[in-house]
Amino acid sequence: MLHLMITTIIALMKILHWLITAGATLALVGCAVQSTTPGAGIQQSESAYIENKGSDTIVNLALAWAERYQQLHPEVRISVTGGGSGTGIAALINGTVDIANASRKIKPEEVEKAEANGTQPVEFVISRDAIAIIVNKNNPVERLTLQQISDIYSGKINNWRELGGEDRPIVRLSRETNSGTHVYFLEEVLRLGQADNKTLFSTDTLLLPSSEGISAEIRDNPNAIGYDGLGYVTPDLKMLAVASNERGEYVLPSAETVNNDTYPIARDLYMYSNGQPGGELKRYLEWISSREAQQIVEDLGFVPINPQ
Amino acid sequence: MRKSFSWNELLITGLIKVSGYSAILFVGLILFFLLREGLPTLGEVPLSEVFSKRWYPIEDYFGILPLLGGSLIVTLGATMIAVPIGISTAIFISEIAPRWAREILKPLIELLAGLPSVVLGFLGVLIFTSLLRRALNLPTGLTAFTGSFLLGGIAIPTIVSVAEDALDAVPRSYRDGALALGATKWQTIWRVTLPAARSGVLTAIMLGIGRAIGETMAVMMVTGNAPVLPVRLSMLFSPVRTMTATIAAEMGEVASGSVHFHVLFLIGIILFLISLIVNVIASAVVFRQRKRSERILS
Repeated sequence: MLHLMITTIIALMKILHWLITAGATLALVGCAVQSTTPGAGIQQSESAYIENKGSDTIVNLALAWAERYQQLHPEVRISVTGGGSGTGIAALINGTVDIANASRKIKPEEVEKAEANGTQPVEFVISRDAIAIIVNKNNPVERLTLQQISDIYSGKINNWRELGGEDRPIVRLSRETNSGTHVYFLEEVLRLGQADNKTLFSTDTLLLPSSEGISAEIRDNPNAIGYDGLGYVTPDLKMLAVASNERGEYVLPSAETVNNDTYPIARDLYMYSNGQPGGELKRYLEWISSREAQQIVEDLGFVPINPQ
Repeated sequence: MRKSFSWNELLITGLIKVSGYSAILFVGLILFFLLREGLPTLGEVPLSEVFSKRWYPIEDYFGILPLLGGSLIVTLGATMIAVPIGISTAIFISEIAPRWAREILKPLIELLAGLPSVVLGFLGVLIFTSLLRRALNLPTGLTAFTGSFLLGGIAIPTIVSVAEDALDAVPRSYRDGALALGATKWQTIWRVTLPAARSGVLTAIMLGIGRAIGETMAVMMVTGNAPVLPVRLSMLFSPVRTMTATIAAEMGEVASGSVHFHVLFLIGIILFLISLIVNVIASAVVFRQRKRSERILS
């Protein structure tokens, strides 16, 4: 009986194995056919396949660029995937992508690792992004300093009354810990950019899985405060003016205030290539800083690098 | 005998046997991989730290107590909602409702069981959180109770469906006997039918709890995911973070082989153990029950 069972299992596994290999071969053949067809036309020009991976903040922007660029240059194929800034940079270090998207600067240890692996990450600033502090439309509070925002999120300030608002508890909203925006907010706002500052988010901070989750809760709840990329803020949310300190000027986030460096919670968004890019890759990266590509940046709610 | 031997039959019985045994094989493999990926945690993080109160993995705080507490309180709340409603609905459908109502209700409830939980989560976020916040004047509607409410809703169809089958399987002669002895309808239901169907009803409850504790999407959308350890029952009305939501939210971006990765698998092991314990308790109770009834009958 046992013997029969074992033989049957082995036979089934063999069938399964055969099916899987056959399936994989078919899929591979499919891919090969697909990738040789457009490649055939450009054989005489250059390799025209660009692999692009990284930050989820940038992924929509990178997709919009890739779509437009492929319309302009049908011989070029660009594939864009998300996964997070760290994932993108890791892929660049391993040499599996041509461009890594990152919503933060590459870390020194990552550069070291890349050099050990024989890659030379070259940085391109492709766009800028402001992180807006958002509250409910009915919240009377208009402005905060960075210190106040830090105290709210670390749990020192727990009532809107302390900030000149109504007598309501503060409900803190944040993105999940895997978000690049979460990490940026932790380092630059909660810890005020001080490297030795070890302040943590108050444990009762609500960690919501999406930007939309944050927007939905703030739209409904007058107690809530949250943060999100400028591109994700809809008109039915209220943005707060932010000052870097009490004596400073309170500034609302916008393309203008980000570019003249008056809005304090703004960051650059980056693409990294392996070594100085050449050929089609170079042309693509140059096109990204063109007016046409930067218009797409503005359309998507990010801040273009060269506004005029 | 030799004549009746047929290859077809051999193949079919073989296949049926394989699918039966494969369940054991798969559970074994799942357990093996969970242990392989989760156990290294014990060497990397001291146990006192694993059972501490702070969960903030990107700064190496790996205290899973808040997550464990979050899952337990949400499930407890869901059980408190789903069991009374589910059992009474099953009793109503099986014992009280007229035939035509039963024929409409049963398929409708089974249809409800197939509703994707993410859809319920959506309704929860859009409608229920806001209602709850206003009604109870809470700071936010994203609370453990919101999760319990949705999970209760998810578990009720399972409980009703299984419990109703169990009640339906009680022989008609039991009810007739009770009524003939002069018991009222309520006494018959409460003292005869329900105890006779006890093992099936218990299975229904356990299946319901099992669905509730393993549910992820709806919970992640409505409980707020704040890793606070719930120490009082009143914290049912504040945000919590469950184990399933933690795994779902963090698994996507964690580097494979890192400490964080191993801790997430450890959480998986704990979830596995919890459902194992729930099942063992259920079958132990059912088993004891059966032995007792066999004793009485003999």
